[in-house]
Amino acid sequence: MLYIAAVFLPLLGCLLAGLIGQYLNGVWRLVPAGAAGHGHDAHGHDDHAHAHTHGDHGQDDHGHGHDHAPQPGDRFAQMITVLCMAVAALCGVLAFFDVAYAGHARTVTLFTFIDSGSLEVSWALRYDTLSAVMVGMVTVVSTLIHVYSVGYMAHDKTVPRFMAYLSLFTFAMLMLVTADNLVQLFFGWEGVGLASYLLIGYWYERPSAGAAAIKAFLVNRVGDLGFALGIAGVFLLFGSVEFSTIFAAVAEHRDAVVNIAGIEMRTLELLCVLLFIGAMGKSAQLGLHTWLPDAMEGPTPVSALIHAATMVTAGVFMVARLSPLFEYAPNALALVTLVGAATAFFAATVGCVQNDIKRVIAYSTCSQLGYMFFAAGVSAYPAAIFHLFTHAFFKALLFLGAGSVIHAMSDEQDIRRMGGIWRKVPITYTVMWIGSLALAGIPLFAGYYSKDMVLEAAWASHTAHGRIAYFLGIAAAFMTAFYSWRLLLLTFHGTPRADKHVMDHVHESPLVMTVPLMLLAAGAVFAGMAFYESFVGHHFAEFWREAIFIAPEHHAMHDAHDVATWVKKLPLVCALSGIALAYVFYLLRPELPGLIAARFQGLYRFLLNKWYFDELYDAIFVRPSMALGRVLWKGGDGAVIDGLGPDGVAAATRAVAARAVRAQTGFVYHYAFVMLAGLVALVTLWFMLRAG
Amino acid sequence: MNAAGFPLLSLLTFLPLAGALFIATVRGDEATVARNARWGALWTSMIVFVLSLWLWFGFDKSSAEFQFVERAAWLPAFSINYHMGVDGISVLFVLLSTLLTPICILASWEAITARVREYMIAFLVLETMMVGMFCALDMVVFYIFFEGVLIPMFLIIGVWGGPRRVYAAFKFFLYTLLGSVLMLLALLAIYFHAGTTDIPTLISQHNLPRGMQTWLFLAFLASFAVKVPMWPVHTWLPDAHVEAPTAGSVILAGVLLKMGGYGFLRFSLPMLPEASAYFAPLIFALSIVAVIYTSLVALAQEDMKKLIAYSSVAHMGMVTLGTFTFNTQGLEGAMFQMLSHGIVSGALFLCVGVVYDRIHSREIARYGGLSARMPIYALVFMLFTMASVGLPGTAGFVGEFLVIVGAYKVNIWVALLAASGMVLGAAYMLYLYRRVIFGGITRADLRSILDLSPRETAVFAPLVVLTLWMGIYPSSFTDFFDQSVQGLIAHHQAALGRATAFAAGAVQ
Repeated sequence: MLYIAAVFLPLLGCLLAGLIGQYLNGVWRLVPAGAAGHGHDAHGHDDHAHAHTHGDHGQDDHGHGHDHAPQPGDRFAQMITVLCMAVAALCGVLAFFDVAYAGHARTVTLFTFIDSGSLEVSWALRYDTLSAVMVGMVTVVSTLIHVYSVGYMAHDKTVPRFMAYLSLFTFAMLMLVTADNLVQLFFGWEGVGLASYLLIGYWYERPSAGAAAIKAFLVNRVGDLGFALGIAGVFLLFGSVEFSTIFAAVAEHRDAVVNIAGIEMRTLELLCVLLFIGAMGKSAQLGLHTWLPDAMEGPTPVSALIHAATMVTAGVFMVARLSPLFEYAPNALALVTLVGAATAFFAATVGCVQNDIKRVIAYSTCSQLGYMFFAAGVSAYPAAIFHLFTHAFFKALLFLGAGSVIHAMSDEQDIRRMGGIWRKVPITYTVMWIGSLALAGIPLFAGYYSKDMVLEAAWASHTAHGRIAYFLGIAAAFMTAFYSWRLLLLTFHGTPRADKHVMDHVHESPLVMTVPLMLLAAGAVFAGMAFYESFVGHHFAEFWREAIFIAPEHHAMHDAHDVATWVKKLPLVCALSGIALAYVFYLLRPELPGLIAARFQGLYRFLLNKWYFDELYDAIFVRPSMALGRVLWKGGDGAVIDGLGPDGVAAATRAVAARAVRAQTGFVYHYAFVMLAGLVALVTLWFMLRAG
Repeated sequence: MNAAGFPLLSLLTFLPLAGALFIATVRGDEATVARNARWGALWTSMIVFVLSLWLWFGFDKSSAEFQFVERAAWLPAFSINYHMGVDGISVLFVLLSTLLTPICILASWEAITARVREYMIAFLVLETMMVGMFCALDMVVFYIFFEGVLIPMFLIIGVWGGPRRVYAAFKFFLYTLLGSVLMLLALLAIYFHAGTTDIPTLISQHNLPRGMQTWLFLAFLASFAVKVPMWPVHTWLPDAHVEAPTAGSVILAGVLLKMGGYGFLRFSLPMLPEASAYFAPLIFALSIVAVIYTSLVALAQEDMKKLIAYSSVAHMGMVTLGTFTFNTQGLEGAMFQMLSHGIVSGALFLCVGVVYDRIHSREIARYGGLSARMPIYALVFMLFTMASVGLPGTAGFVGEFLVIVGAYKVNIWVALLAASGMVLGAAYMLYLYRRVIFGGITRADLRSILDLSPRETAVFAPLVVLTLWMGIYPSSFTDFFDQSVQGLIAHHQAALGRATAFAAGAVQ
């Protein structure tokens, strides 16, 4: 019951908020039959539709200042979704202790999903340590974000819609992490994709929001293509898509081979690569990352929930969940490591030069996901999940803190136009510091425990790709600290760069927003030290039990505790020097960054434009597809098929008919002759057929 | 006699015809006639639908045999019988037809104002033809219904269609006629060879010679490929859809396209197993081209109906692909895809109809920002868009996924290329949704556009329920055809086995 409640209460909240909340707001009002008039009264709230469209000022991030009076459904939707989430979080946390510490792992089967021949899939909730960790984390973080949204979105014109989307998203994520088979995992996977699409496009009047929403969905779909094929392949190899059946049979199928385009390879390697492509899409890894920064078009709580704390971690979760498969696919693991390391490095470089407060954090997320992947790639799945877990707290904190800043700055998002506000927003300022300390991996804060564990495991794997990952990770750690403090200093310190009107208006957020911030800050401080021993300590295997499988020959987890001292200390040294550099650049010598940017113009532009991935994809995928579509339509369908087919035949017929008119002599025997000829032709054909 | 104890299938088939006759006798001024025709047609189709639910509850899912069988001598001299019955493959198509007809009639309630009586008659006659076609177990009966469908559809497009309706109607007719003539030849050839037109007998007892199968297969292909429609004989579909009235598009996409897929399952696979296996690579190639080519074309469309019409071709490409994988997942995926496509694309055409009724334009650029004025519409449209995209939890996912699994069993490249439709499908559908629903309202007349009326909500409600039901609990549908598909596969493999054994014997 506990397990079912944790997963389905958010769905209940979503439905109630969406249906009843919207109903109370008069959204679901049916138009009377035959009403052809211009019924402005039918939609009382639509008079505000244009109050929201700000034209070129597309930076406003919440309903702030729109003077939108709360409607009856707003309060209802907020109460019901928060209540459902709070109870779900309670159940989730209880389930976490029940499963992870008391050892009561179980699977709750609901009903049949797909049944086609030997392909049998059920709706089922699988609770083992891995799922329980995720359920606990997702429900708790999501509840805090729901509460925060009550304040942040208070002036929005469709509050119930927003709250319903948030809950829908949480439900999909919970279905994802509790799936006991690949198809249900895919359901949750696509479900979070849908919720993400809806939330990114939440302010649908903005063209940029619509574009970002589509981009997120499509880029994810490219990954999902790999995922879907991977599922099909797993079914073909194992005859099942259910985790326990697959895992039990891995050993006997590990040497199966498949021939792809003349190259013989192990099936398991192929499948793991396909599945990993899915993970790359969802977790915004290099190549399929382009949607994540654009996703910042959504309201800030969305960025915090989806694009930091939960959805994007689904890829990491999937690799950990399928650890029994990946463990037998060393090449796929190496690929995971390298892609993760490259992403960690790439995103950090871009993060250093972005000016939008949310985009800096978005690239930071991308980079941290890279860490999680290379941890998984060196078989340190517990370290990956541990980093995922701590990251959820401090990244949600950073995003919500950024939201609070944006709120205070009258919807300004550009850090070049901030500064000098720290005295006016003390709580926000403090929690942003805590979040940044955790992100940079400063001792005692959550990120320190998990990030160091990840780096040490990478080093301890004693593989070439592990070493590459370690050094790229170290470089990224330096940049992480740099861009975090660049953000902190530019936002809060120095001389105010906003205009006087904005500065006069700067204020701390209400309690409904700051309380979640403080709770998340507590998480960002304590989540590391509190769970270090159980998650990745010497006895981690007793905590994870069967949920994570590590092949006996992979020792990264064990050896990580015994690496050389310099390996352990280097991340901290890098982090501190990154902070120092940011301090020099943005407080002591503020003219330096501009000089450097001017000196290395090419590199700066390259980074500012995010390595030109968007332009590249636009040039090789988007434009050619559209152009090809048009060519095939006008040329293929129009000129060739129709031209030679029906239109051509029709034209020819007309030409023949003009002559045939002369053949219509009106004499019956002429017609009789033609009919006879036709009959003969038919009979001839029939004999030919029979002979054949 | 059969499970119902009375000729249920004949009743389902001919009751609409009786309703049509009744409507034809209505007299009075134009308004009276129109009102009576609407209500008469609605009641008739509703009664037919309620009666057809008997099939849902009474059908024995554990059997692959034909059920609710009726048989009467018709032309004894030629041993042609009136033979009706349904198995797992056809029973749900009957239900799809009886469900969509009342929905179509309700959707035409206000949209059709001229010649209402004739329109309703055409729809009821169409229902008779569709139901009869899916129930027919005799080739001659089948052929009559199969071709009979064309006439009311031709009239619906040609009389109540848009400005280029005559061109579209003739294109539709020209394409279909070509296929029909060849299929008639094939049916005659089978009759002369086997001496019977009884479909179950032909399936279970006759093995047509290998050489003859090839020719017959091609003849059937000519007919079914046009109906599906497969690339490259698909160009009639966009024109037909664009010009047809909304309900015409719904029934065209919902049921008529399935006639081709059903034909493959009823004739090509069981009667011509060797030729089917021989031509499977050709079908795969055409299907993949359909998926990719038409998806790209859909991306470039500026007309809402054309876009959805092209998406139909792509989705039906998945159907033909799944059909010719000859494995459980592929075939069940194809079946499921046909059913879900019937619901979802029908619903999408209804969505277009909603705004067309208000603004009288299908041009995508004409719209934008509807979400602000039409929240219910936006929600419904979103659901069907996602179902078309194949989001898990909606009807569209299950069929697509099963076909991909089935295709993977055959060849990973086939699966990969077919699955590329997942990305392209999302691209054109979301691009459409964005242009119509998202954005700000820029046009004056959209500023006062009204949301769904109660009648329109009633039209969408059953489709919404079905889309979610088929997505969340699809096994309640696959159970119907599981046995029949297994039987079909067993039969197919046995036939191929015999053929190889024979060939081996001949070599020795």
